[in-house]
Amino acid sequence: MDYEVVIGLEVHVELKTKAKIFCSCSTAFGGEPNSHVCPFCLGLPGALPVLNKKAVELATRAALALGCTVHKTSTFHRKNYFYPDLPAAYQISQYDKPLATGGKITLSNGKTIGITRVHMEAEAGKSLHQGDDILAAEYSLEDFNRSGIGLIEIVSEPDIRSPEEAKEYLEQLKAILQYAEVSDCKMEEGSLRCDANISLRKRGSKELGTKTELKNLNSFRAVERALEYEVQRQSEVLKSGGEVVQETRTWDEARGITSPMRSKEEAEDYRYFPEPDLMPLELEEGWIEEIRSQLPELPRDRALRFQEEYGLNEYDSGLMVSTKEMADFYEATVKLFPEPKEVANWLMVEVQRLLRSSEQEIQESKLLPENLAQLLKLVKDGTISGSVAKTVLEESFATGEEPKKIVEAKGLSQISDEGQLREIVASVVEANPKSVADYKTGKGKALGFLVGQVMKQTRGMANPQLTNKILKEYLEQQ
Amino acid sequence: MSINREVVEHVAKLAKLAISEEEAEQFTNEIAGILAYAEKLNALDTTGVDPLISPVPMQAVLRDDIVEENLSQQEALAAAPEVQDGMFKVPRIIEEE
Repeated sequence: MDYEVVIGLEVHVELKTKAKIFCSCSTAFGGEPNSHVCPFCLGLPGALPVLNKKAVELATRAALALGCTVHKTSTFHRKNYFYPDLPAAYQISQYDKPLATGGKITLSNGKTIGITRVHMEAEAGKSLHQGDDILAAEYSLEDFNRSGIGLIEIVSEPDIRSPEEAKEYLEQLKAILQYAEVSDCKMEEGSLRCDANISLRKRGSKELGTKTELKNLNSFRAVERALEYEVQRQSEVLKSGGEVVQETRTWDEARGITSPMRSKEEAEDYRYFPEPDLMPLELEEGWIEEIRSQLPELPRDRALRFQEEYGLNEYDSGLMVSTKEMADFYEATVKLFPEPKEVANWLMVEVQRLLRSSEQEIQESKLLPENLAQLLKLVKDGTISGSVAKTVLEESFATGEEPKKIVEAKGLSQISDEGQLREIVASVVEANPKSVADYKTGKGKALGFLVGQVMKQTRGMANPQLTNKILKEYLEQQ
Repeated sequence: MSINREVVEHVAKLAKLAISEEEAEQFTNEIAGILAYAEKLNALDTTGVDPLISPVPMQAVLRDDIVEENLSQQEALAAAPEVQDGMFKVPRIIEEE
């Protein structure tokens, strides 16, 4: 039996405001537990919410960047459930009148994934389970610093057809939100989180199969792996004539499996009702348009421009725009060293390697566009060789020092002085009479050996082209 | 909507309220009465009338994105029955099988 995979993603993203969405407590990550709290975000009786204007602006900007229609009127609802990280026993969210609907993300293969809605809500607190995990924990500790931070929930249409597409959708979504400066989107700090709905159906069928919801997906890689596992699991269940059970399953990273979640909570029954403490949110058309006009160039547009303006291929342009900071770094370097393909190659290979090994983002490293440009100029004008350049890059990356100064201080300049090279060549030839004889009898390898000897004497700094030329001339004269 | 004993017990459970047999019976009757009274509104034709969110036409008031000093950790935890490491200590969240 041939099955088609149907995936929809729900992504929660923390809005990059200074204060929380309904109170004036700080949103700063870290800090002493329960030190960024007030009666409202602790759920104490009588405390009232007041909506943060910046949160509305960022949510609107996100929705516009995702191609959604932002509605002039939206309303807030209470979603009721008991959980220790939710002190009021309800979450303020949006229900039947969300902020925005109907957007899309275009994947690199040209396929579009619909976005059903973008709505605003408040974050819950954080539970620290005292044991290996929530199941083993005898008790838990609650920190409400996170409680009440503004979130947007971005719900996709069930348009995603494979775990790889799910991963790419997430990468694109993250890049768009970072470009729009809506959120840090740091999965490791929990400012971007993803739940996935997945079902299988017979290929060609219009009806959706029974889905499972996957939670505890802590990285894009985890999303992809958990979905791959679930495709396998569900297809085995279906092939053996069984039925998929509709349930929430949790991803176990270490074991690489999903398993059903047990919870005290009854089947979902959130009893949504309009939040009586918040009036409808009315947005003026002019304000929405103002936010739209301030949107930066988004990653996909920028990638297309890089292809046109700099002649990059699709793959390279995709890598260059993967983060706004990388794209800015690239353009700043190209401005100073206008060989776009060369700059892209260095960023994709050598710089990328250094970033990976130091676990840094380009903006966290000490490397500057002017220093990378200067380094490439030094290679181009023959001052240093390509292999020496890699060493200089490492140093500049680690210290922020100018490549020119590194080359000077370490004496790494290529030897391009003909007189000096001639002397070295002469001494090498004298010391290796056998190779000279071999060269005379037409053994090509001998020349390579002699060049190698020159390089050895100069610690790799002899200009290779010049060395070749001088050596040949010298041998011919013998 | 119709109300019966099962609905009342379900709602009580969702609200984490322990109610006795007698109370379940009593609430079923009382809530049924209240709902029946509210049902009278259905006699009106509301075609083309927008839902009333508030009796006074008002819209959300927005605050600026400014951080203010709030409770200290000590104040925040003052009423907590149990505390550990500056956090609220809560019972086991998921029951053992």
